[in-house]
Amino acid sequence: MNLINFFIRHQREIVQATLEHVWLVGIAMLLAVAIGIPLGIIAARHPWLSKPILGGANIAETIPSLALFGFLLPVPWLGERADRLVITALTLYALLPIIRNTSAGISGVDAAVREAARGMGMTENQILFQVELPLSAPTILAGVRVATVLTIGIATIAAAVGAGGLGEFIFRGLAMVNDQLILAGAIPAAALALLADFILSLLENRLRPARS
Amino acid sequence: MKAEPDRVTSRESVIEFRNTGYRLPNGQTLLENVSLKVGRGETLALLGRSGAGKSTALRLINRLLEPSDGEVLVEGKSTRSWDAIALRRHIGYVIQEIGLFPHYTIEQNVSLVPRLEGWPAERTRARVSELLDLVGLDAPRFAKRYPHQLSGGQRQRVGIARALSIDPPILLMDEPFGSVDPLTTGELLKEFQQLQRRLQKTIVIVTHDVDESLMLAARIALLDAGKLTGIYSAKEFLVAREPMAAAYVANFRMYEEAERKNEPH
Repeated sequence: MNLINFFIRHQREIVQATLEHVWLVGIAMLLAVAIGIPLGIIAARHPWLSKPILGGANIAETIPSLALFGFLLPVPWLGERADRLVITALTLYALLPIIRNTSAGISGVDAAVREAARGMGMTENQILFQVELPLSAPTILAGVRVATVLTIGIATIAAAVGAGGLGEFIFRGLAMVNDQLILAGAIPAAALALLADFILSLLENRLRPARS
Repeated sequence: MKAEPDRVTSRESVIEFRNTGYRLPNGQTLLENVSLKVGRGETLALLGRSGAGKSTALRLINRLLEPSDGEVLVEGKSTRSWDAIALRRHIGYVIQEIGLFPHYTIEQNVSLVPRLEGWPAERTRARVSELLDLVGLDAPRFAKRYPHQLSGGQRQRVGIARALSIDPPILLMDEPFGSVDPLTTGELLKEFQQLQRRLQKTIVIVTHDVDESLMLAARIALLDAGKLTGIYSAKEFLVAREPMAAAYVANFRMYEEAERKNEPH
């Protein structure tokens, strides 16, 4: 009961923080998709580049988020504003699942289909856009979904460097030993993650080619 | 120019291998010093065991591979000086695994190349139903289906329709009837034989089946371990002394014998 009252009383702040959170994650995801899908395609096309690309993304993934914020802080343009810093860090975290799934999806296209496409006189670009990408779309989207859920969680730590978002409540609640405050951050963050997961999985199923 | 007698000199040769060899980047030789000609409207079978280099030879014709030695000429021009895309559009290609696009309907699969070539929609649609008809599929029933909704034999027919979509003068077929059950293979073979007479294409067909070679091809080129061991007409093939050919024929005779015994009297 108390919690519901608390949520109603602080409605405006919670909505505000949620919007900030969505903004941080949204921009980071757009960047990660724009960078990750081409990198995944390159990794699939050139096996010798696959190791360095996936290895790099893997390393980014293993750096603890607080430490990554710390590393990025002294970087000239990035360190100046908290949101730039956080979006960069979130983008780095989101890259690995996107690159990995794009590369796996494209490499997974049936060799006979590719052979037929080449033999029919399709150009490399036509094969990529009309055959490989449509066939690997569900796999790529699954990567985007994992990355989105992951960054929604990590973005709560953004408050540690003052970028706002739902983490604000969590950090404040921890400092004040106030459970309600912690939940005011944690519940909307969890709800956001579930919602994003649900919407993206719907999209994924729509893209999956009809198979009996 | 050529010293050896050549049966197709009377006809214009559409495909010619000139001392063609192909090696993998690791140095392994898949094809060695092959010379042969295919005349316009002729069907040539490339017969041999798995790994003999048949598919390699076929893929050199549409430049999915480029020769390491010698050259391959198509319409008198080296495949190296052809634009690869233009060359492949000039040649229909059917493979054993068919390789239909699973995310496209039958209609979209067959109409892909016409669409890439910028055909008007009306012409494309007419061509698709003409082609499905040609390969014995009821167009209204099959056009909107997806490949996974078809049987193996039906998919193979779609593969052939797709290869013929823009009416290329040359057709390459890599074990086109290999992936379906023997009964369906038989039906497909008979129908393809009729299609072949009607269309008068230049066809190179890769197979390990003597029956198929004799039924479809005017001449049989026998490949063994990357080398051409001989080219025979159907008649010559049946009485050939060359051990490889003789072995194939012996096998074939055995099969015929067994078939005769099984016939009811």
